[in-house]
Amino acid sequence: MGQSRREFLKIAGIGLGGIAVTAPLINWANGSISTDRLPAEDFISRTPTYCEICFWKCAGWVYKNEKNDIWKIIGNDDDQHCNGRLCPRGTGGVGMYYDEDRLKTPLIRRTIDGKQQFVEASWDEALTLVAENLAKIKEQHGPECVALFTHGSGGKFFGDLLNAYGSNSITAPSFAQCRGPREVAFMSTFGEVIASPERTDIRDTKCLVLIGSHIGENMHNGQVQEMSDAIDKGATIITVDPRFSTAASKSKYWLPIKPATDLALLLAWTHEIIYNEWYDKKYVEKYCYGFDELKEHVKTFTPEWAYGITTIKPHIIRETAKEMANASPAVIVHPGRHVTWYGDDTQRLRAVAILNALLGSWGRRGGFYNPDRASIPSFPHPEFPEPKKTWRDAHPGLYNLASEVVANDICDSTIPSPDRACNFKGWIVNGTNLIFTLPDQRKTLAAIQSLEFMVVIDTMPMEITGYADVVLPECTYLERYDYCRTDQNRQASIALRMPATTPKYDSKPSWWMVKELSKKMGLEQYFQWNNIEELLDWQLKQIGSSLEEMQRIGVKNFPRTDDYLYFGDGEDIEFNTNTGKIELFATDLQNEGFDPMPVYTPHPEPQTGFYRLNYGRNPAHTFSRTANNPNLTDLLDENTLWVNPIVAKEWGLKPGQQIWLENQDGILSTFAIKVRITERIRHDSVYMVHGFGHTEKQLTRSYGKGISDTEMITNVMTDPIMGGTGMRGNFVTFKLENPHLTKKEVAS
Amino acid sequence: MRYAMAVDTKKCVGCSDCVVACQTENNVPIGYCRDWIVEVTDGTYPQLEMEIRSERCNHCDNSPCVRCCPTGASHYSDGGIVLVTKDMCIGCGACIASCPYDARYPHPDGYVDKCTFCIHRVQKGQNPACVEVCPTKCLYFGDLDDPNSDVSKVLQKRKFKTLIPEAGTKPQLYFLI
Repeated sequence: MGQSRREFLKIAGIGLGGIAVTAPLINWANGSISTDRLPAEDFISRTPTYCEICFWKCAGWVYKNEKNDIWKIIGNDDDQHCNGRLCPRGTGGVGMYYDEDRLKTPLIRRTIDGKQQFVEASWDEALTLVAENLAKIKEQHGPECVALFTHGSGGKFFGDLLNAYGSNSITAPSFAQCRGPREVAFMSTFGEVIASPERTDIRDTKCLVLIGSHIGENMHNGQVQEMSDAIDKGATIITVDPRFSTAASKSKYWLPIKPATDLALLLAWTHEIIYNEWYDKKYVEKYCYGFDELKEHVKTFTPEWAYGITTIKPHIIRETAKEMANASPAVIVHPGRHVTWYGDDTQRLRAVAILNALLGSWGRRGGFYNPDRASIPSFPHPEFPEPKKTWRDAHPGLYNLASEVVANDICDSTIPSPDRACNFKGWIVNGTNLIFTLPDQRKTLAAIQSLEFMVVIDTMPMEITGYADVVLPECTYLERYDYCRTDQNRQASIALRMPATTPKYDSKPSWWMVKELSKKMGLEQYFQWNNIEELLDWQLKQIGSSLEEMQRIGVKNFPRTDDYLYFGDGEDIEFNTNTGKIELFATDLQNEGFDPMPVYTPHPEPQTGFYRLNYGRNPAHTFSRTANNPNLTDLLDENTLWVNPIVAKEWGLKPGQQIWLENQDGILSTFAIKVRITERIRHDSVYMVHGFGHTEKQLTRSYGKGISDTEMITNVMTDPIMGGTGMRGNFVTFKLENPHLTKKEVAS
Repeated sequence: MRYAMAVDTKKCVGCSDCVVACQTENNVPIGYCRDWIVEVTDGTYPQLEMEIRSERCNHCDNSPCVRCCPTGASHYSDGGIVLVTKDMCIGCGACIASCPYDARYPHPDGYVDKCTFCIHRVQKGQNPACVEVCPTKCLYFGDLDDPNSDVSKVLQKRKFKTLIPEAGTKPQLYFLI
């Protein structure tokens, strides 16, 4: 077997002399999680930050103890994202700093004695290599052939660098692997996206409908808090989920739907609300386009029709539709967040948007509010060069309605093909473990093998780092400045992140890497600030604040310039759609050749002996990025496979038994997973928490713990509208013996 | 004065934030905890119910741990808070065995440790760390002798239960149901 161009390398670098490093570079072993590091008495200082453990980016204060060590992180009371209360991951953020498995020094891939190895390098050496390789790609293929994958705050600086270099292919898996379908569906319907944090007015809602959205297990902080407020106020919660989720256990109605049939239920609800005249007539008449077409479209989608598909009884469909109507307009049919399920996701989310329109909840108290966000000007720089090609040129005409760059499409167009104008040659990857993020790992790996150059910037030796040519160790969010947070909320706000302490090891912030790279790449004119403090202070002064002020207060909320949290009564509104109306009948979908109104299509079902693989979140973890955090692994250090007792009996499974999985394409799980026998899951499905089953041995707490759901997801159902990767059409069967052992090993 | 805590099982999502916040606030070593989450599921699919509880020391009025402590390390402090004086504790573990709630653990430094209701915070007029951090605001703390305290007010208006009342320990951790 020939050696691949890019062999996966264990991240433990070898020393400059080619000797394996056995002793750590700096005294990091043991001790860093010592039991006596934190006094419970008092603190000596606190500095503001916003959290980097997930995308909610709650603002908080980092407290240090009298030894000047980081002690604890507490939410900032003025922050609308968290209201002074961080979630377990934010509270456990200290573990990201103290994790002794962190990346410690730049690494570069070298072939020594015919063997590829990572060699420790100086920053100058590593950044020079990055600059040289990017220059080479620019010269040979054009700068447009380099893409940036980012899911971290530091990535914004690399985005600036890529723009200055001449490419705008900046992508995040948070679109086509997550919330993309809802953004496109709501854009088509209301002319606006949901964005993050979601503009759902949960705290004032009277009825919250969750469809596969497990708030409480996903710790999207503001929403969890507001759902709790809604429970206090007696709101009705309706949860549609094949699994008895935490949210289901808090619900008045739990609809244990047959997986993959949600769209049929949504259409039946639409039918009930229209034909019983339970919709908001004034609102629909004034704001909506295509009501008559919709009415005709859903004529036959009765609860009885949906019963045969969803297994939800007709009277329950009617009752729940009536509950929504009674609460209207203070009702939220929640758009969810991770919604790339079956490849027709934009259409399913269109049905969600349509229901909200009929119930008059968009722009109404207890429904969806109009968010506000701060805008901070960029530090002055010459105009970025206009790229000659964009990611869309790889597949002309595809995904025209995608409002953000489709990560999996960049991956596809990295694998060489003669019929494409653009093949990506270089990847910059920041804070996203693409091996665990993009489904169908075979394709991701094939794309990586086709690359001429890949640089990975991360804090941890995630799997993706093992395939890099250069690894740049980023310091954690507790040790660095980043751009200010400007994400939306009820009021516009900004939050500052500043270092609470100096970076551990030889790690550096992204802003510094980019500034240094710009010098080596001849792009200095785009980065005319001398340091991050100068950049941030200039930006903050443009909006009436300053770095000094933000260091003191951490979060600044701006009064709304309009009185527009909700629509005024009978107010005339021009929506940002083709018709200027809320489009029940979507003209942009029709123009692109798609169904203008959602149509239910059946999805494949598991064969005998196979179970649909569902996956979700645990409140203690974010994707795969927290799987090694000492504070959070203390809460949960491996995932389990939820199996219904009837299924367990058929297979003779015992609680805690370790089993392996094989999917419909014959893909075997690398590791085993412990069985959790529970009534909370349907007999036709199994469930696991995403983000476990790490294969990188340097992740000492998470290596080999549980199974990676991504590894099992090889059937990807792509959404033709926006390129989203539907991941819930994968079926697994059980292997009770280790399938990786040879017969000889089994015999012995 | 009688400090007590109430846990709203209707709101708790079992996220364990109380656990991490306690660990960082009180320097509880990784691998140990003073509070924890219990989930109880009843029924068969799809007729199911689930109760989620954030649990910790019940700071009982009639604490077996205080009674059985041979050195007097376990004692009642302000407002009935049950504490362990580290220096007096010989780590014999009698209290661990006597506690019906399994609320105590042997600290690696050789003494027995447990929830203190964050007395160091309470004395400064703050809530315990778990109460302060909880995203669902499902934890209520205060003085039962003060009818206007958070815990008094919520116990006046909601149904509640205690755990293992038959042990006769008079627990002061209330679960709203």
